[in-house]
Amino acid sequence: MNPDATPYAARRIEAAVLGASAGGIDALLRMLHDLPLPWHLPLVVVLHLPEGHESHLAEIFAERLQVPVHEAADKMPLAPGHVYFAPPGYHLSIERNRRFSLSCEPPVRFSRPSIDVLMASAADAYGPALAGILLTGANDDGAEGLQRIHLAGGITAVQDPNEAQISIMPEAAIALHSPDHVLPLRELRALLLQLESAHVH
Amino acid sequence: MNRIATPSPLPSPLSNTEIELRLLMEAIYLKYSYDFRNYTLASQKRRVLHALAQLGLPSISALQEKVLRDPGLFGRLLQYLTIPVSEMFRDPGYFLALRQHVVPILHTYPSVKVWVAGCSTGEEVFSLAILLREEGLLSRTQIYATDINPDSLEKARQGIFPIESIRGYTANYQRAGGRNSFSDYYTAAYEAARFDPSLCADVIFADHSLATDSVFAETQLVSCRNVLIYFNRELQDRALGLFHESLCHRGFLGLGAKESIDFSSYSERFDAHAKPERIYRKAT
Repeated sequence: MNPDATPYAARRIEAAVLGASAGGIDALLRMLHDLPLPWHLPLVVVLHLPEGHESHLAEIFAERLQVPVHEAADKMPLAPGHVYFAPPGYHLSIERNRRFSLSCEPPVRFSRPSIDVLMASAADAYGPALAGILLTGANDDGAEGLQRIHLAGGITAVQDPNEAQISIMPEAAIALHSPDHVLPLRELRALLLQLESAHVH
Repeated sequence: MNRIATPSPLPSPLSNTEIELRLLMEAIYLKYSYDFRNYTLASQKRRVLHALAQLGLPSISALQEKVLRDPGLFGRLLQYLTIPVSEMFRDPGYFLALRQHVVPILHTYPSVKVWVAGCSTGEEVFSLAILLREEGLLSRTQIYATDINPDSLEKARQGIFPIESIRGYTANYQRAGGRNSFSDYYTAAYEAARFDPSLCADVIFADHSLATDSVFAETQLVSCRNVLIYFNRELQDRALGLFHESLCHRGFLGLGAKESIDFSSYSERFDAHAKPERIYRKAT
């Protein structure tokens, strides 16, 4: 726990960015199912999939979540309460005007989309008003991105490596900086609900 | 010609890095007339920081000081600021849709002009030339291939691509509805595949900036894929304005697989022709 962290009741978080690779679909479904409606906090997700495959992530999650789910498109504005997935084969960034931008720059840590790219751009765009959450995964993408969110004053959380299906990703993040929270999925979900309630009030 | 709008004030204070980036782009524009001032910031920042690391410079301000005095260094920086990432028949569905839904209409014109805007190292130009030859159109088509990066244009003229890419390109070509054997179009030598020079013998490769230059020809098809994603909305609107002006009545515009005109000022001025493949048609 970061001792400098302001109590969340006093912190207005404007968006949350989430990253995962292997095991991520299950973990995200467990975290995001039945979000209480109306939901307001925009959520942006990078989930690694083998490149070259048409992604159906947005459809998969749209069928299973109550909140609106989209594949993020270039220059699309982030809407309150919507969930966005990065399209496969493109890096996804958030610009300061709170719109998405895509890029075909080379893969970062063998990944495109890269969690680091999304998180670093979101940290620039939102500063302290951002939460970053890193879940199960089989590489170290996201560790630097989460650190960037931390350095910009945002809230960082990782899935407890003991619970994660693959612990490499959360462990890499914990090794690089001390995340504000290391929690099992059930409690990460509770944290997300707390951030939502601070966002609304 | 529209002037590019001045960027509006930002809601939160700029970081020092962002201020340095803006000053660098202003300096480059004043000194070399390359206008990167309306590129999206997130990606531009990544590329400049990458360039700093590669060039061994401590800060963007230090880079600016050197770039102003050293045109050679600017030439090197330009390679980082532009994104020469492309492949042949990238997103095969796009080329298949061109064959099926655009080529039959292009056949009705006595002669055809095609503009490949932001052609980078030429992969897309050769792909289109192959497609047009197979469809019996190449001999009466004038292709204009434009880019701001002179090194990329030179590579595009040569039509030589790394041999290790050919396997992926071949699969793309087949999925794009290719009618022949892909190997008919190139000769392999050492580490490279040299494409049939007759494919692009009549292509005009030219230095052209979507940020500062104007329309140069009336065209039936503009293909501009994965270029607009690097532009902010003001610059996207400027580029789309050029395409709209260049296209003939009911001319075609092809964009990248994840690009759209929905968030631009031109959303009402084009109709979706093959929407999943991002092929639009100038509205009446």
